[in-house]
Amino acid sequence: MLQYALKRLGLSVVIVSVAMAMLFAMIYVIPGDPASVALGPRATPEMVQALRSRMGLDQPIWVQFARFYFSALRGDLGIEILSGRPVLGVVFEQLPFTLALIAGAISWSVLLGIPLGCVAAIRRGGFVDRVIGVLSVAVIAVPSFVIAIYSLLIFAVALQWLPAIGAGEPGNLGSQLKHLILPSLAIGVGWVGYIARMVRASMLETLEASHIRTARAFGLPESRITYSYALRIAILPTITLLGVGVGTMVSSAVFAEIVFARPGIGKLVYEAISVRNYPVVTGAVLVTTVFFVVVNAFADIIIAALDPRVRSSFS
Amino acid sequence: MTILDVKDLSVDFVTETGTLQALRKVNLAVPANRIVGVVGESGCGKSTLINTVLGLLAENGAVTSGEILFEGQSDLVHLDANGMRALRGQKIATVFQDPMGALNPVLSVGRQMRDIQYRSALSRKEKDARSIEMLRKVRIPDPERRLAQFPHEFSGGMKQRIAIAMALLMQPSLLIADEPTTALDATLEVAIIELLKDLQQQIGCSVLFISHHLGVIAELCDDMIVMYAGEVVEHGSTRDIFHNARHPYTKKLLACDPARLSRREPQLPTIPGTLPDLRDRPKGCIFQARCEFTDEACAEMPPDIPVGGAHVTRCWHAGKTTGARA
Amino acid sequence: MSDQALVNQPPRRRFAAIGPIFRRIVREPLGAFGLILVVIVVFSALFADVIASYPPTKLSPAERFAPASFQHLLGTDHLGRDLFSRVLHGGRIALAIALGATGLSLAGGILLGLIAGYGPRWLDNLLLLLFDAIKSFPTVMLALALVTLTGPSLLAVLAVVVLVNVPGYARIIRTQTLVLKSAEHVMAARSMGAGTARILAVHILPNVIGPILILASMDIPVVVAIEAGLSFLGLGVRPPLPSWGAILNDGFVNIRDSYWIVVAGGVPIILTTLGFTFLGETLRDVFDPRLKRRQ
Repeated sequence: MLQYALKRLGLSVVIVSVAMAMLFAMIYVIPGDPASVALGPRATPEMVQALRSRMGLDQPIWVQFARFYFSALRGDLGIEILSGRPVLGVVFEQLPFTLALIAGAISWSVLLGIPLGCVAAIRRGGFVDRVIGVLSVAVIAVPSFVIAIYSLLIFAVALQWLPAIGAGEPGNLGSQLKHLILPSLAIGVGWVGYIARMVRASMLETLEASHIRTARAFGLPESRITYSYALRIAILPTITLLGVGVGTMVSSAVFAEIVFARPGIGKLVYEAISVRNYPVVTGAVLVTTVFFVVVNAFADIIIAALDPRVRSSFS
Repeated sequence: MTILDVKDLSVDFVTETGTLQALRKVNLAVPANRIVGVVGESGCGKSTLINTVLGLLAENGAVTSGEILFEGQSDLVHLDANGMRALRGQKIATVFQDPMGALNPVLSVGRQMRDIQYRSALSRKEKDARSIEMLRKVRIPDPERRLAQFPHEFSGGMKQRIAIAMALLMQPSLLIADEPTTALDATLEVAIIELLKDLQQQIGCSVLFISHHLGVIAELCDDMIVMYAGEVVEHGSTRDIFHNARHPYTKKLLACDPARLSRREPQLPTIPGTLPDLRDRPKGCIFQARCEFTDEACAEMPPDIPVGGAHVTRCWHAGKTTGARA
Repeated sequence: MSDQALVNQPPRRRFAAIGPIFRRIVREPLGAFGLILVVIVVFSALFADVIASYPPTKLSPAERFAPASFQHLLGTDHLGRDLFSRVLHGGRIALAIALGATGLSLAGGILLGLIAGYGPRWLDNLLLLLFDAIKSFPTVMLALALVTLTGPSLLAVLAVVVLVNVPGYARIIRTQTLVLKSAEHVMAARSMGAGTARILAVHILPNVIGPILILASMDIPVVVAIEAGLSFLGLGVRPPLPSWGAILNDGFVNIRDSYWIVVAGGVPIILTTLGFTFLGETLRDVFDPRLKRRQ
């Protein structure tokens, strides 16, 4: 088990390294170097040159990459151009807001998706099953930022049930949660669909398994068979699905933060672009990528820990 | 006393391509304290028979006639779902064919054994103690420690022992064993058979033992039932059937058993022809298309004809077939 | 595991009988509904010039923020442009990008997938690692990084979509190629002296193309969403070109007073993604139920 966990984390390190190389290559290959991008069109050649050497852009490419890579390992993602603060600090300041948003979205998707999928499986082929099926496809199809805008329009602007902008007063948990409802729902509602479909499918598959027949043959109550014997197995893939889904949720969070004017990584990057604050953009991309890869690895490790079958295939 | 008495049982399945007559007027009896073997090719209705007795028929299946008397009183055909559930696991226990898949993979063996005792008023500790005692009876070493383990930590043979332990946990009066040794290799098979025989005597239950392995049936069973295409074609003591088979199908089945061949044959003998289509069941005798004795009489369905003692066969020509080996 | 579901199928002609397939799609209520939506969207994009009564970029300051009326079916925006015309022309851009980007991703995915599946082992491993790395970027974050460097443009949108879609197609093609590589008819062709290019083109490609086309058709709504999203952020299609995302952005700024602008921008996105998704799901179920496992 430990061996598997280490192996899985090792793979994550390799993937992040390759992703960093790609990010670096992208910066290098695309015409227009970061220095002139940062300074804008009115910069003099001398200013560009000065910034280039300050950013180390006059060094050979492999030196630049090595510097980029190893300083990132140390947690040094460079200096923000405007304020001169370390990028990592700026990004970490915003990270909790985005994490709260994603945690909220995951809560919605699990709390609604698992029961819906379960009901659909139990009522398979019936009216309820079909309605849940069509709704699942529909919420998966519609982009989350459209849902974000319309939920803002309906619940915040027209009905005024919930606050429209911001993340709530600092220190006031109730107000913060209230501000979290709409944006996290906008991100999570598509995942309600994904999870409902997946739970339905894996529930149906599990109910066909021979150990369920054994449980029936021993006269266990049908409710215990469904919720304790079958659901326990059927929800396991949810963890993998959510692990993979976190990447998409980070993307959706960018929109949700902009639509609801919430602080967070997405808003940080969006604002950094308009002032060409390039180190912040790279830093935020790196941090979210590492976050996504690590979450994925942990999802796999958790699955291995929860599912004895997976666990045994590694030992 | 007769523990299980199946009379005139017929079961149909409604499928997209028509109604499938899976069982037709099946008669069988499992007396107290005896082991009854059921033998037949795949598709002969063995599984449907078990599922009907257990009340676990698929939704498209229905009993169209007959009754199933359990311990001489309750007719299982008309018992409601709750009444049936109260019998399953308590009075009627089952061991299934596939030991790999028969146990829930994400629950510990102890949890599953405790769940089976959910009707009992014992404390959790006492239930676990009973589970341990039962595991010891099926010769699982170190059962106290093993109780906390998950199914994948046991070998195939051990899993089947655990399945037997689970089945006998509530001291049922009828144990249904659905090809419990088919998925195991030969040495394990012998061990499981001996274990079953041993435990059956200890607990004093009856066993309905399904197998397509004639050797195992001969070894284990007191009585046997031969099924073909949803009908019981012959029913009697194991001794009578092996030495004096009266139904032409039984004779051919015995002749095809590799273990019973007197000399090495270049090719294993087979029964010519194929199983009849159960969606379009032939009128009359079910075996007529493959039988060498077929004549006009066979156009009518034969009754169960007694041919000596409890030995019965569903063949018009039971008188003619004596002694003649197929 | 999921890729495995696609393989092991004998070569067969998938698109031989359009008639029966069409009937099966229409018989499914969801498929029929999807088809109707798609036909409406495609039709209005093709004939945008004919249907729309105003040029999509024509400013008319006197009619700013006009609600829906007979003159302006969906109202006007902050510059007095007719939203109905902008929505129709925005559909053109959305569909053009969706088809173009999906086509390019398919071409790239097929090429890289064949290389990974048929090429040397080290190249296969390298490509797989690259695919994993690309997949590890959150899509919008990658897009933001790219656009910071290149500036907002249609080309940037295209590049992002192709970059994030190629690995998915390539992986499936690779798995199927690996299986087919050792299939009998391919072995036979190779023993007869057929070259690699010929084996790929004649024996492998036709067998892997069917499922991948269905999956690509299901990706069209995703691409529509990415284009609209980036344009909403002002990082995609440049003004004054009409794009549904850009209309949404115009409306979002004025959401408190002129709700009809976000309605005009968002409803077409919803109808298009729903239409293509419903149609794609039905297509998949009709053609190849095994693909369902991927979901």
